Amino acid sequence: MSDAALSGWLPRVRKPSALPGFGLTLGFAVSYLSLIVLIPLAVLVARAGELGLDGIWRVATTPRVLAALEVSFFISAAAAAVNAVFGVIVAWVLVRYDFSGKRLLDAAVDLPFALPTAVAGIALAALYAENGWIGSLFAPWGIKIAFTPLGILVALIFIGLPFVVRTVQPVLQDFDREVEEASATLGATRRQTVFRVVLPGLTPALLTGVALAFARAVGEYGSVIFIAGNMPFISEIAPLLIVTKLEEFDYAGAAAIATVMLAISFLTLLAINGLQAFSRRRFGHA
Amino acid sequence: MAIEHVDLAVQPGELLALLGPSGSGKTTFLRLIAGLEAPTAGRILFGEEDATRLAVRDRRVGFVFQHYALFRHLTVAENIAYGLRVRPRRTRPRDKEIRQRVADLLDLVQLRGLDKRHPAQLSGGQRQRVALARALAVEPRVLLLDEPFGALDAKVRRDLRRWLREVHDRTGHTTLFVTHDQEEALELADRVAIFNRGAVEQVGTPDDVLDRPATAFVAGFVGEAVRLPVDAAGSWIRIGPHQVRTPEENVAGPAELFVRPRDLVIARPGADAIPARVICVRRSGTSRRAELSLSDDLPTVEIELADGRTVRRGDVLPVVLATVRLFTSR
Repeated sequence: MSDAALSGWLPRVRKPSALPGFGLTLGFAVSYLSLIVLIPLAVLVARAGELGLDGIWRVATTPRVLAALEVSFFISAAAAAVNAVFGVIVAWVLVRYDFSGKRLLDAAVDLPFALPTAVAGIALAALYAENGWIGSLFAPWGIKIAFTPLGILVALIFIGLPFVVRTVQPVLQDFDREVEEASATLGATRRQTVFRVVLPGLTPALLTGVALAFARAVGEYGSVIFIAGNMPFISEIAPLLIVTKLEEFDYAGAAAIATVMLAISFLTLLAINGLQAFSRRRFGHA
Repeated sequence: MAIEHVDLAVQPGELLALLGPSGSGKTTFLRLIAGLEAPTAGRILFGEEDATRLAVRDRRVGFVFQHYALFRHLTVAENIAYGLRVRPRRTRPRDKEIRQRVADLLDLVQLRGLDKRHPAQLSGGQRQRVALARALAVEPRVLLLDEPFGALDAKVRRDLRRWLREVHDRTGHTTLFVTHDQEEALELADRVAIFNRGAVEQVGTPDDVLDRPATAFVAGFVGEAVRLPVDAAGSWIRIGPHQVRTPEENVAGPAELFVRPRDLVIARPGADAIPARVICVRRSGTSRRAELSLSDDLPTVEIELADGRTVRRGDVLPVVLATVRLFTSR
């Protein structure tokens, strides 16, 4: 794709620039994204399209699918929210304090990335079962974690944590200490400094981390199915339903559910992106 | 940077400059006053009150950071109001009063109309003024400025310098500012404290430190002086192969003579005149200077030339020392 051809159909994007290579890199980026992301997704939508719009709608609005979508998206959102809080605390501790074992803890944050999620699911299920180490602590109060939606939440928090920590950590690392000192000299308590100055400064990075954690949680399958109990209408997630459909050779039905998930995820991420752009402007990251 | 044995009394309403080379402890000293660093020994008094153990936020100091440290997510007005808004409910002014105070301060720092901007949308000079207004909003007992003009270009620096003096004269805050720029310190301050290696060498008016330097360091640091190793004996000093008379009679033995461009005067050839060879002539700002060699084994010195005087490279000029700044070698 030559520069001339590109400037023909993208006149407003292409500006005279000191950095050459726009045409080449954009071309590469678009081809690469198409090959890896866009074309597979288009095939997915095309496959679902065999049912027609009302066909997709019929599949998506069956009570069982609706319940599964609700479980998937709501619990993913809840897990992302929990991670937002605890991820920031973990990042804070890792950045702000020096203690022995800090490097080990830092490395441990990435483990949820590295572990096969099924392994994580099995381990979590064993721990949080009624007779497991942690589950038995909650059992006397009648709280069941494994094999309930709470179990799904635990698994999704587990796999989402690194995203928040790893996006917030570098920003916190670069955070100007003088800004905190300025706040203190102006009479703010430590608490006020953290809530009025530090956290607002982290917001754009935090939103990125939360969006990633949420997206990852929506798509998570391996760890959840071992701990969820997978009871239709209660603890059945949408990805499991897709697999179930596939096992019944209902490819179009599976694609239909996937397409609906895709649409909801896309809209959610778009909304988070918008929020991020807003906060970036608002918080002066320009 | 460690500092030791600094005993400095600041007068109420005074504008005091802390001047010194980088790493001399002047910023550390400022941060100690603000409570951003804790002293291992010694006390910090605000008037009669011992502030040594007081937390930063209870000290009521206004601190202006070198890089302003503005809150990027807040508008100019919110930045200025910050110190008032974080007060406990009991002492927090009413919203209307806060708004009024912010408006007054915006007028004072000449930023009226920019209250809704974010710091990212301001120039360096404007950010500096927001930082000052923010510090003034809490009615500080003392205003501390760390290299307030360090990050600005020369023109803006000069304007802001004059303007800061005006603001100081109008508001009357006791003000300490750190700088490594002697021109800035000498022009702006009522008194100057010269820092070196974590200690104060001299505190005095700009005239004091320029005309009556207390130590060899001060004599060498202010006023672009050249240091010449000499031998002193009673009322005579030996500069290289030359002998000249000196009014300074208390120094004997190996000594250091500090020579500034204005200390040397072109004279008639005579007993006290030193023949000096012109190495080169150059401009320094609006004045013209000649670089002179008094002797091959001494550093060259500079002399200011009168307008219209033509001097060429290689000329030999008879010069006398109009001012003698002599310190025993340590």
